[in-house]
Amino acid sequence: MSGIMLIALLAAAIGVGIVGGIRARAQRALRDGTKQHSRPLYHALNVAIWTGIPSFVFVLLWLVGENRVLDTMVLASYPGADSMSYAERSLVASEIRQGVAGNFFREPTEAILSAIERFKNLRAIASAAMLVIAASLAAIGAGLGLRAITPRFRARHSVERSVTIFMLFSSLVAILTTTGIIVSLVYESWQFFSKVPMTEFLFGLRWEPQIPLRDDQVAGHGAFGMIPVLFGTFAVSALAMAVAVPVGILSAIYLTEYSDHRFRAVVKPLLEILAGIPTIVYGFFAVLTVAPAVRTLGLSLGIPSAPNSALAAGAVMGVMLIPFISSLSDDAFAAVPRSIRDGSFALGATKGETIRKVLLPAALPGIVGGVLLALSRAIGETMIVVMAAGLIATMTVNPFQSVTTVTVQIVTLLIGDTEFDNPKTLAAFALGLVLFVITLGLNLIALRTVRKYREKY
Amino acid sequence: MGAGTAGAAFDWKSPAMETRRARRYAADRRLQWYGIIAIALALGFLIFLIGTLTYSGYKAFVQTKAVVEIDLAGKEIDPSNLMAANWRGILRGELRNLVDDLPRSQEKSFFDIFTSSSHFIVRNTVIADPSRLGRKSAFEIPLSDPLDQLSKGEIDRETPADRRRVDDDQIRIFDDLKAQDRIIRPFNWELFTSYDSRFPELAGLRGALSGSFWALLVCFLISFPVGIAAAIYLEEFAPRNRTTDFIEININNLAAVPSVVFGLLGLAVFLGWFGLPRSAPLVGGMVLSLMTLPTIIIVTRAALKSVPSSIREAALGVGASKHEAIFHHNLPLAMPTILTGTIIGLAQALGETAPLLLIGMNAFISADPGGVMQPSTALPTQIYIWADSPERGFVARTSAAILVLLGFLLVMNAAAILLRQRFEKRW
Repeated sequence: MSGIMLIALLAAAIGVGIVGGIRARAQRALRDGTKQHSRPLYHALNVAIWTGIPSFVFVLLWLVGENRVLDTMVLASYPGADSMSYAERSLVASEIRQGVAGNFFREPTEAILSAIERFKNLRAIASAAMLVIAASLAAIGAGLGLRAITPRFRARHSVERSVTIFMLFSSLVAILTTTGIIVSLVYESWQFFSKVPMTEFLFGLRWEPQIPLRDDQVAGHGAFGMIPVLFGTFAVSALAMAVAVPVGILSAIYLTEYSDHRFRAVVKPLLEILAGIPTIVYGFFAVLTVAPAVRTLGLSLGIPSAPNSALAAGAVMGVMLIPFISSLSDDAFAAVPRSIRDGSFALGATKGETIRKVLLPAALPGIVGGVLLALSRAIGETMIVVMAAGLIATMTVNPFQSVTTVTVQIVTLLIGDTEFDNPKTLAAFALGLVLFVITLGLNLIALRTVRKYREKY
Repeated sequence: MGAGTAGAAFDWKSPAMETRRARRYAADRRLQWYGIIAIALALGFLIFLIGTLTYSGYKAFVQTKAVVEIDLAGKEIDPSNLMAANWRGILRGELRNLVDDLPRSQEKSFFDIFTSSSHFIVRNTVIADPSRLGRKSAFEIPLSDPLDQLSKGEIDRETPADRRRVDDDQIRIFDDLKAQDRIIRPFNWELFTSYDSRFPELAGLRGALSGSFWALLVCFLISFPVGIAAAIYLEEFAPRNRTTDFIEININNLAAVPSVVFGLLGLAVFLGWFGLPRSAPLVGGMVLSLMTLPTIIIVTRAALKSVPSSIREAALGVGASKHEAIFHHNLPLAMPTILTGTIIGLAQALGETAPLLLIGMNAFISADPGGVMQPSTALPTQIYIWADSPERGFVARTSAAILVLLGFLLVMNAAAILLRQRFEKRW
């Protein structure tokens, strides 16, 4: 609730800034009677920006850092904290935080209770301090902004400069996001490779991500070799592409070359619906209907079949990708110049011959680019495989057996409470890094293929 | 063929040419048929998907209930402390009156007919309407999942008793109640108004709906202003150089990064480094906004590009600054397209599941989350939770939840299309 109060407070401060700015400007205009550089609104906005933005940025930074600082402060006075490992410290910290929220999972010790008390005290002080500092920042900003109001003051320039800076920062968000993804994945993977050797991860043939609960446990250390997981990912993606590529390209051919406008206007949006359905819906559908049917089919053919088969997941994923491939091939066909088509017809080729011998080769780079983009989607697709593919990493070429994928492993390793210090959690980040690198590579190759081709005509 | 090349009259009507032509035309028709088959396959799948989900989900929109008269007069209930009364005992005593001489051995299966929290339902009804205390009044009590399935015809009575989840006594009592007209099947409003539950007959989507609402609100509040600002900067202000090229490559690439990677980012950065609370719609909304941002930026840039430059030049000509020209003229004209793209982006965000699972928005919530900082679920993660639950009744609930989700998506996309048709300007 303090969040809403803060927002209200900031809004009020900005409102006061606007009103005050307009009034002050009007008074000075009366007194001086000279020509103004900027319209009143800009003076007011300038005051509002001075009032609101510094304290807003301050509050944001404070909130981001608050919990960390409080944890460190409370842990510093926790008995025996100096001798604890990182894992124990974070355990204690999370127990304290849960306790502050009123959740106890076990009888709290004396030390925990006093730490909770201390945390609450510190937090009360912290939020009071934050309010005071934010309010004084707003007041100082308002004061400075109001003082700046003179007839000659170029308020509009000042406001526009602030707006430009905001826009510049906004456009940097994309870079920040990419950096955030790379830094967090690399950092956590690096931690993972300090526990599990990189060669084992990259070339290991067994994937059994267990960790011993006790040191003397027989099950011992799990195996973290990603080859079988990667194999499963490509198996499912290959099945998906086997469905999506022919259906997608053939429907694009029909829609661009054969059908009349009315048919196209109705069918194309209907196909696009397939792309708009959330993947969790496909996943549930795969489990509910497709997987049992595939299993029955497999068993009736005498092939050993699992309840969750690679084929079920792949086929459903393929359907999801149909509109994707279809519309990208559509674009590729549309980009082939009319004259090439006409030339082929003039030589007496039928429509089918023109399509197969002239259009398809000319549009091929674009289609290949589209297929690569679709493949990258298939590899990164999560919910369908989480629900319909398996959990156990097996290397099998039988599509009726269950395989696991990179995304499935990421989700299953990270569902539930996670601590950032065991190889199981960190393995998910290493897999995430692999996934990111593969999809990034495919996307770049695909975009390059498409762009190169576009330059040709 | 020698005759043709020699320039003499070529016999196009020769049988060899006829068959050749027929073959070529057949190949043409075949290709056409392949296309039709491909489209039919795709559309057939779509119809099959929607049909299956509707068929398995529509039954969850009604809920079997029993109408039971309960006489609360003369019972040991303290009106000032309704929570403390022995509702379980009172209810069981009244329920027992429904059937004559119930043997003790059948008592358990009899009470299992009604949902296991029926005494809470009675209690809450009384708290809402204390006038029921002194009199006999009718209560609607949901039946438990197996009986609900039986009443909807999902359980075959012919299967041997040890292989179905209702025993013969329960079927007999159920038929008895039905003969007394006590079984009703009203519209299942509870699907929207109650929270999640371990019992399918009581589980509802309210927590998921409010979680999705808060997450989408946060997503909109971040991605809409930031996306538009970034697009304006890149389209109108940024110099053409390496840096802006790099930003553009970044944006295009972000649009194709797998959603689960965004979940990893949220987990490591927002939860791990910033220490924001797990399972909170705030974090969910922040992650979703990073995913929606590329969509909004790309759409906004396209919309700004389509506004003719004469409008900006006219504004500049009468003395507006560049900012004024863009914010007073170009941006408002581009707004319908931007809003259309934003709605479509938000619709995508609404269906996004994997990143929300990674930041823990699959909490079991049986009370109002009410806010962006409290643990919460969202609509797609609720579907995931229910799909994982073993009870038969959750299959129908899951399908129903999917239909609700698809309904929201349909409304959002329809709104986007309407917006585009009504307000979008073609120059």
